[in-house]
Amino acid sequence: MLIFEQSKAGRRAVAQAPLDKADVSDIPEQFRRKKPAALPEVSEMQVVRHYTRLSQRNFSIDTEFYPLGSCTMKYNPRGSNALAMLPGFLGRHPSAPESHSQGFMACMYDLQQILKEVTGMQQVSLTPAAGAQGEFAGVAMIKAYHDARNDTARNEILVPDAAHGTNPASAVMCGYQVREIPTGPDGDVDVEALRKVVGPQTAGIMLTNPSTVGVFERRIEEIAKLVHEAGGLLYYDGANLNAILGKVRPGDMGFDVIHMNLHKTFSTPHGGGGPGAGPVGVSERLIPYLPVPMVDHDGDKYIWLTEEECPDTIGRLSAFAGNAGVLLRAYIYARMLGKGGMSRVAEYSTLNANYMLKRMQEAGFEAAYPDRRATHEFIITLRKQAKELDVNTMDFAKRLLDYGMHAPTTYFPLLVPECLLIEPTETEDKETLDAFIDAMIAIQAEAESDPEQVKGAPYSLPVRRLDDVKAARELDLKWTPDTH
Amino acid sequence: MPFIPHTEAEIRDMLETIGVTSIDELFDEVPDNLRCQALNDVPEAMSELEISQLMDRRAREDGQASCFIGAGAYDHHIPAAVWAIATRGEFYSAYTPYQAEASQGTLQLLYEYQSMMTALTAMDVSNASLYDGASALAEAVLMAVRGNRKSKSKRILMPRTLHPAYRQVVVNIVKNQGIELVELPFDQATGGTDMAALEGHAGEDFTALVIPQPNFFGVLEDVDALTDWAHANKMLAIAVVNPVALALLNPPGEWGEKGADIVCGEGQPLGAPLSSGGPYFGFLCCTQALVRQMPGRIIGKTVDLDGKVGFALTLQAREQHIRRSKATSNICTNQGLMVTAATIHMALLGSEGLERVAAASHSNTKKLVQMLQRINGVEVIFSNPYFHEVVIRLPAPVKDVLRSLAAHNVLGGFDLGQDYPELDEALLVCATEKRTEQEMENFAQKLERIISLQGGVTCKLVPKE
Repeated sequence: MLIFEQSKAGRRAVAQAPLDKADVSDIPEQFRRKKPAALPEVSEMQVVRHYTRLSQRNFSIDTEFYPLGSCTMKYNPRGSNALAMLPGFLGRHPSAPESHSQGFMACMYDLQQILKEVTGMQQVSLTPAAGAQGEFAGVAMIKAYHDARNDTARNEILVPDAAHGTNPASAVMCGYQVREIPTGPDGDVDVEALRKVVGPQTAGIMLTNPSTVGVFERRIEEIAKLVHEAGGLLYYDGANLNAILGKVRPGDMGFDVIHMNLHKTFSTPHGGGGPGAGPVGVSERLIPYLPVPMVDHDGDKYIWLTEEECPDTIGRLSAFAGNAGVLLRAYIYARMLGKGGMSRVAEYSTLNANYMLKRMQEAGFEAAYPDRRATHEFIITLRKQAKELDVNTMDFAKRLLDYGMHAPTTYFPLLVPECLLIEPTETEDKETLDAFIDAMIAIQAEAESDPEQVKGAPYSLPVRRLDDVKAARELDLKWTPDTH
Repeated sequence: MPFIPHTEAEIRDMLETIGVTSIDELFDEVPDNLRCQALNDVPEAMSELEISQLMDRRAREDGQASCFIGAGAYDHHIPAAVWAIATRGEFYSAYTPYQAEASQGTLQLLYEYQSMMTALTAMDVSNASLYDGASALAEAVLMAVRGNRKSKSKRILMPRTLHPAYRQVVVNIVKNQGIELVELPFDQATGGTDMAALEGHAGEDFTALVIPQPNFFGVLEDVDALTDWAHANKMLAIAVVNPVALALLNPPGEWGEKGADIVCGEGQPLGAPLSSGGPYFGFLCCTQALVRQMPGRIIGKTVDLDGKVGFALTLQAREQHIRRSKATSNICTNQGLMVTAATIHMALLGSEGLERVAAASHSNTKKLVQMLQRINGVEVIFSNPYFHEVVIRLPAPVKDVLRSLAAHNVLGGFDLGQDYPELDEALLVCATEKRTEQEMENFAQKLERIISLQGGVTCKLVPKE
């Protein structure tokens, strides 16, 4: 039942608004609203009960295993949340003067330093609000760099066919054309194909390493050399940074610009789809173009760096300083991990993924890249099940929900048929991994003995499979008083 | 090991299953010369207690000043229930609702959010949010360029009365796509968009006119005239509004003859704390005709196999994970948790509650203006009516005054001279419903004292008639 359907004319959560209605007669009638907005009229308890119940209709990390590949759904420490929500932080106005911001700015400065160190980049700007905005910032810096050198014939960004959809979309938003690079049968970028297309029109290449097929790009140095020699720059999509944290640094691999998804690697909550945070880091030559604001330290106090101090910046991407509260959570997490904890993230997420892969292979599931070492995630292809049993990846995914586990990422990357991209993360214990594998084995048995059982799943959730076609054809995007 | 549950015995067991002798062996595909050394610039680990002590100290350092700054972020009361529910793990630690059956809570909530936003703005459709108000305006501009078939120009009219940071962000985001932003000056007497300058563009090919209400100065624009003018000149009308103000002010869907085409703005006043500028959320609404040009997530109502009502992401063919380089935007996540809070906030306050908040804020600002105007040389600059934020002229350098006020723990407003050299003695002040009579009196007393100590300065601006 919608909150609107619980509405009763005249009911209110009285304590939550000013008790007296102030006089606004100085605002002329022509500017005033004629009819109140049709928001629900409900009591405070109704609201609390309704949204508490809605929350219970979700899977989440706090309640279920959530091995969603490429999303790094690891435990979000409650401590990070509690400390980021201290009144001093929540109450700080974004335009408060530096004299009233030193505590907050100290955290931001420290976080910039930590991110520089773990990525091997020369400077970091925290401001992009999410991974996709970080990508936009990164490509915009590449463009600014070429433009500043009057190297304006470069109109192409190279993107592997396995890349996240945001990569080509971000390149287009910066005015570039996108050229796809194929992935070889071993999961690495096809370097020979790259060699053929890289040239004077190449502005840069966007890579994820480990790639979205869950393997480490072994020829990365060769790729970097190839692109750099052609005058292009290398962009690192930090979606999979969890896999290499403290083990390999993008800066050392030759990348010129990277974005990090702090909601993945630094464990800030995904919040049902945001807010994220997508800081960018750059090599020496891109420092002038970093988005503002950033924080600097002049020896005894923290100061903002804005358009004034950074005249070549690509500018600001949000009205203020990005998702500050998310950045605080990431900072707190980073401090709790500390120096030694960074590499453990990569080590144990990789251990978990390789353990799962091995056990799943032993159980008869087909790895997409059986000759490769898994990184923090790996791909299983269910093409045989789809062909022989007519039970496809989506069926397995939906059935997993009945077993009390969120499905892995399905049908991505697009180049592996019937794929499940599985990312357990380092925060899961062995019992949970085993339970997932047991569930997959049980579903396989069901698929063989009673495929309809799997194809009809899920059964135990608030709804069964939804009609997406109807949702798109007969658009119903809001409740209205007349139609309901 | 913080947040890693493995025991020694389990690690051995797992390595044995994999068939390797050490965890390090799992990185054997990484070239040796790329392996990194110890991260010396990362400090040693802290326990939760230790980091609590550090964060407590830093949070306290920033103090709880008495805040009279608005300028795009407003300090409203947030009911305790809002964040108590929004931070439930089931909302907080879930992800984008790709598996709809396991995400009905988030999906239904987003559908309710879309319903509330369309009700507030009087528009047909809302998406499930964007990053913030400024980036939402950038997306609105891109959407207008895609959606206005009558215009080929990719030129947008953008008033100078729009939030300066929004103007910068729009330029930064759209400039590489060949879109030109043309600035409209403001009327120095009224503080509204200069209608004569606007008329000078009549008949020219523009894609859209941006209309802020209230504008950055708190001034109410003649939105009916502006909207009708845009439509008469084959432009789309893009409204930039404060959602709390909409409980009191005419909604964009009802501006002029036909209403605005696209509505966007900063969602922060609906339940998001000031929090140093984020996370907030941008909202974006439009007419039915433009729905397929909309960026970001959209939730639709549908039915399941048994005919039971359910909710799902819809129109995904617009989005980057399907259309890649041909998507309407590169946006992937939205600001889900902020929208969760906003939905609960709007449900708690309702239309009546939001109207009371808007009225109380406006009334407080009026009170503050009365108190400040008693000080010799302090005056309201613009003649148009305003909503809950107002530009005053100070008889002393604004920067110095603000610094002195801050020393008394009063954040006295936003210094307009930074962005408007023509208003270099002007201060933008705001008093939400949270500012008490006592705080306002304190502000006025401190200001009077500071001004009397610093002495008057001749003012270049023509005072209000």
